[in-house]
Amino acid sequence: MELSLATRTVAEHTVLEVGGEVDVYTAPRLRERLIELVEGGARHVVVDLGRVDFLDSTGLGVLVGALKRLRSAGGSFGLVCTKEPLLKIFRITALDQVFPLYETVEAAVAGSSGSSTGAAPDTPGSRAAGPPQAGEPPRDADPGSGA
Amino acid sequence: MSRVRLCFSPAPVHVRTARLVGVAVARRAGVAEELLDEVRLAIGEACTRAVALHRQYGLRDQVVVEMSDDNPYTVLVTDRAPIEAGLGLAALPPDELANESLTDEALTVGVGFALLAGFVEDLQVRPVAEGLGTEVRMSWPVVRR
Repeated sequence: MELSLATRTVAEHTVLEVGGEVDVYTAPRLRERLIELVEGGARHVVVDLGRVDFLDSTGLGVLVGALKRLRSAGGSFGLVCTKEPLLKIFRITALDQVFPLYETVEAAVAGSSGSSTGAAPDTPGSRAAGPPQAGEPPRDADPGSGA
Repeated sequence: MSRVRLCFSPAPVHVRTARLVGVAVARRAGVAEELLDEVRLAIGEACTRAVALHRQYGLRDQVVVEMSDDNPYTVLVTDRAPIEAGLGLAALPPDELANESLTDEALTVGVGFALLAGFVEDLQVRPVAEGLGTEVRMSWPVVRR
């Protein structure tokens, strides 16, 4: 499945929905999109991996790069991921200790509001932050770039 | 026993093909369904590593993937990069993963090795028998024949 990318805004957070396969071939497009977002002024970014079927080391490297970029800009970066195969990848690489991981976009927005990231939350429980908040606003952008 | 051999130019787009073929042969060999995601990831990481090395050294040689439909199911990924580069693999501790000074390349290599080591119980990285290059040998048990 090809890479798909779509952005929307939730409570001052830019949410990037990623779908398909993120690998050595497609990861450069993800990197470009994340750089565009940061250079465009986004400071609080949530990447939703809910529709990702495959993620390799190249994709993980892109996500770490975005984390570092936002951290140096005084922003925040969170990941939404509930798929066990992907969570296993984060555990094996120890990146679950680097990224704030959340079960929902709402939890990610609530968990990273106004605070810079750079270290994972202290407890695994924070990954499953509270119930969804108010309904999400409509998409303000949907420039999916899947090929 | 039968073998499947795949050779491809060192381009990222072909890594996906290698993953697909590797999983198809693994399924036919009888590797348990619950291991196929790991097979797919590991073959992808080994091929990504080989492609990166070939590109780093400007090598046009093909990356070779050999799959043995046997018990265990064995995959051999061979590159032609200088040995010292191929064996320079190391997993990174968590506190270094987000280190500002760590290059993207070093990060990806470290994470890739961590994935290979984490997902493949039977993993060997060694110099090729002749000439330059290293081979990554991985195997998984077959549950039905």
